[in-house]
Amino acid sequence: MNARVTLATARRVLAQLHGDHRTVALLLIVPCVLMALLYWVFDGDERVFGRVGLMLLGVFPFVTMFLVTSVAMLRERTSGTLERLLTTPLAKLDLLLGYALAFGVAALVQAALASALALGPLGLDPAGSVTLVLTLAVANAVLGMALGLLVSAFAQSEFQAVQFLPAFVLPQLLLCGLIAPRDQMAGALEAISTVLPMTYAVDGMNQLARTSELSGDLLVDLLVVVGAAAAALALGAGTLRRRTA
Amino acid sequence: MNSTAIKVEGLRVDRGHRTVLNGLDFAIPAGAVTGLLGPSGCGKTTLIRSIVGVQRVKAGTVEVLGRPAGAKALRSRVGYVTQAPSVYADLTVAANLRYFASVLGVPADRGDAALDAVALADRRGDVVGRLSGGQRARVSLACALLGEPELLVLDEPTVGLDPLLRRDLWRLFHDLAARGTTLLVSSHVMDEADRCDRLLLMREGAIVADGTPAELRERTGADDLEDAFVRVVEAVAA
Ligand SMILES: Nc1ncnc2c1ncn2[C@@H]1O[C@H](COP(=O)(O)OP(=O)(O)OP(=O)(O)O)[C@@H](O)[C@H]1O
Ligand SMILES: [Mg+2]
Repeated sequence: MNARVTLATARRVLAQLHGDHRTVALLLIVPCVLMALLYWVFDGDERVFGRVGLMLLGVFPFVTMFLVTSVAMLRERTSGTLERLLTTPLAKLDLLLGYALAFGVAALVQAALASALALGPLGLDPAGSVTLVLTLAVANAVLGMALGLLVSAFAQSEFQAVQFLPAFVLPQLLLCGLIAPRDQMAGALEAISTVLPMTYAVDGMNQLARTSELSGDLLVDLLVVVGAAAAALALGAGTLRRRTA
Repeated sequence: MNSTAIKVEGLRVDRGHRTVLNGLDFAIPAGAVTGLLGPSGCGKTTLIRSIVGVQRVKAGTVEVLGRPAGAKALRSRVGYVTQAPSVYADLTVAANLRYFASVLGVPADRGDAALDAVALADRRGDVVGRLSGGQRARVSLACALLGEPELLVLDEPTVGLDPLLRRDLWRLFHDLAARGTTLLVSSHVMDEADRCDRLLLMREGAIVADGTPAELRERTGADDLEDAFVRVVEAVAA
């Protein structure tokens, strides 16, 4: 591992993102538009918007970073740049942490914009602090990124990579408590939802909606999200093979 | 400078259900330009991948600069240019060079010299995706030159280039060799054979000839290296 190479990789990934104006625009503007749409859908019902809006702030970074990273990593694999990098002194961890850093920064900007809109003009008023909301949002982004990196190893084309979104992310979205509260689900579904990482991402936002202090439950949520991201990155490192058939 | 840079013994590689390389034995001298020539599909890329240590091998040994191929200590001493240009198409030429310089741990200002060497100094600011195929291949080569490796392995670096540019690149290869770099350059066109110090002729996963162009001519009695190759293959088949 080498800080210079990690930082250079993060800078390179951000430069690639920066050069793609349309993706940047979609990444930053779509969550804001969806947030405004949601506000409109609930017709200013502050109680429902207060609950669902905050959870969405936790879900956006997860979903978008999952998608962007899985495609970016797949490109790295298919364009031969990964094969080349693995013949250089670059450590696998340099590459993975470089990605995590770059997409973490992108997620921070994305979450900051969406939060500014939700907490400002749209009047979302969580009990927890803005810092905690942003921290959890970025942790969720890193989790989405790490899972995206991992699944990209199992995709042979960009078509397949994109299909992993409905396959991996939609079930988590259905079961995470956003659509229906988890304690009202069938026992089996609730049990499944306890092993899905997005459940904790969304539960953390729920905690922040209710309490102002850094409660034990919130801490557990954060730890699970960060732990799952680390586990996915470690598994992802295992899929970066220097020697291939 | 007569030491051995690459030594291959009993190398066997299977890809899919096919045996692509079947028991190769040869050595490549240091400080020379060795050409790896053979028709499309004969296994050149597979052999090159084995030498740079990214190919899973079934049997045999590949020793590079005195160490097993792919050893960690070799990663800063061996430069590899893949057959398809492996640079970031969505970054500028300069940004690609800057990134690979960081990865290789060399000063970023080496980029200019590398670009000069591949005659692309005027395209620094262009996005790689908007360059021609041959230009992209040269950016890919420039990124490998940055590290000033002791061994440079190039997979078909001159495909699609005009004759002038090809001549200039071969000059560059020989300049590098004169300064002590070992080069292994693959090609599927025989007219590049005469530019090499040594030749490895390959066919269907086997080495069918190994020597200098002059030796090959003498052995086969053919003036033209393409004829020489045909005669070698016929002799093997007979
Ligand atoms: N990824 C792969 N999986 C399975 N078989 C492969 C793979 N890549 C190449 N092969 C097979 O290995 C054999 C040798 O391929 P290789 O790419 O080494 O040839 P080559 O000499 O480099 O050809 P060319 O001059 O066209 O680049 C071919 O028969 C090919 O079908
Ligand atoms: Mg090839």
